[in-house]
Amino acid sequence: MVSAGAPGLIDRLNGGARRVPTWAVYGLGIVPFVFLVWGAVTDNLGVDPVKVIEHRLGELGLQFLIASLTITPLRRLGLNLIRFRRALGLLAFGYVAFHLAAWVTLDMGLRWSEMAADLWKRPYVILGMVGFLALLPLAATSSNAAIRRMGPVAWGRLHRLAYAALVAGLLHLALLSKVWSTEVLVYCGLGLLLLGLRLLPKPTVRKRAAA
Amino acid sequence: MPRLEQNRPLAWSDVTPKALWLTRRQWITGAAALAATPALSQIQAAPSRFSTDAEPNSFEDITGYNNFYEFGTGKEDPAAYAGGLTTDPWSIVIDGLVDKPGTYDLADVMKDQPLEERIYRLRCVEAWSMVVPWIGFELAGLLNRVGVQSGAKFVAFETLVRPEEMPGQSSPFIEWPYREGLRLDEAMHPLTILATGLYGEPMPNQNGAPIRLVVPWKYGFKSIKSIVRISLVAEMPPTTWNMLQPSEYGFYANVNPTVDHPRWSQASERVVGSGLFGGRQDTLMFNGYEAEVASLYAGQDLTVDY
Repeated sequence: MVSAGAPGLIDRLNGGARRVPTWAVYGLGIVPFVFLVWGAVTDNLGVDPVKVIEHRLGELGLQFLIASLTITPLRRLGLNLIRFRRALGLLAFGYVAFHLAAWVTLDMGLRWSEMAADLWKRPYVILGMVGFLALLPLAATSSNAAIRRMGPVAWGRLHRLAYAALVAGLLHLALLSKVWSTEVLVYCGLGLLLLGLRLLPKPTVRKRAAA
Repeated sequence: MPRLEQNRPLAWSDVTPKALWLTRRQWITGAAALAATPALSQIQAAPSRFSTDAEPNSFEDITGYNNFYEFGTGKEDPAAYAGGLTTDPWSIVIDGLVDKPGTYDLADVMKDQPLEERIYRLRCVEAWSMVVPWIGFELAGLLNRVGVQSGAKFVAFETLVRPEEMPGQSSPFIEWPYREGLRLDEAMHPLTILATGLYGEPMPNQNGAPIRLVVPWKYGFKSIKSIVRISLVAEMPPTTWNMLQPSEYGFYANVNPTVDHPRWSQASERVVGSGLFGGRQDTLMFNGYEAEVASLYAGQDLTVDY
């Protein structure tokens, strides 16, 4: 469990995090996007810029989704970063949406019939689309007003779709890869760990009071 | 410049010294022969009727975007890590059902084989394509020289295994050496070459130095790189991608827009080097070499023999 010196550290981290404005997370979150656009404009993305753009956008979407799903487990350890979860989730959605747009335009070159065939036949394309569609209602209900309108219980239930999006995203990545690379294994391991942590029993009020 | 002898009449050679006009002539010949190349040609190769008139990719495209898992699975890994590969000395073991088996030094392998420039389309199984100006000679020339025995039905190839120079070989995902194979009639086809260079340069390490196979009507993974063994065999040999995923990568692996990879479509391809908005082009049957090679597969069901 938590060592004697840890509460001090966690308190300091919590104190530091309280001073970080949420806009800073949005600001830092779009830095990779700016780099990508800059790289494309200055022709610095290598021999196959389309693949780089598409892959990087998808990778960032997955990374922000994973980051947003670490907030709750970290909270159980006492580190409270809940203020930043919305920003991380919206950044994940933004990158996934641009990833989809890059596939439609740059990769597939607007070949609609081929894309329709892929959406019907190709599990990796289907799973990618499932992941995007799962994130769509979450982005749409991300405002405070939406939480108030829905009520916290229904809102929380809807937002469990993030787990579905994570599973779809990981399978999408694994199916795309020709071999099981270290990168794929790390993402899948991390994803499974985060999902597994949700299965642990929730800490009770009694325990918190005792601590 | 040497001083003129006083009592000799002036000649035109006095205006431009011989050494200088000789180099100039070489330069002009070289430039004319390979006007499109970025560097001055070192390898002389005859043009070929098999070359496509499609615009070749740049030297930078061809040498900076490679699948050569011996150096890593990333497209940039071979360019980054293949520099340390020792390609001289190099020898190839030629064995199996041949009249003259043995270990042949690279110079011996190439002896008397006429070098040609073959500008070929390259179609990767990952649905991207390039155009590459290879320099090489027909595999049939070598096979005829070593004498193929009547029982031989297939040709098996192996890539070098040298983990200390090929960092990707420490990965256990693939059972090294990389292996490929062709049916004998495919191997003897005039389109099938052993390439030793591209763009007039000796083969760059990341492209399979010093000698590699090029079979332009098949997906790129069939064109095995850095070959150290060629065996003439009676049975269809095991091949690396087929060993890894038999349902996805067949022995034949002919480019075929109507037979999809189980996970993705092969109907179209992205043209690498065409920029951000280059889009896609339709993939051609046998990668556009249908007239030359379709007869090899007469009577075969290509959805079964994929």
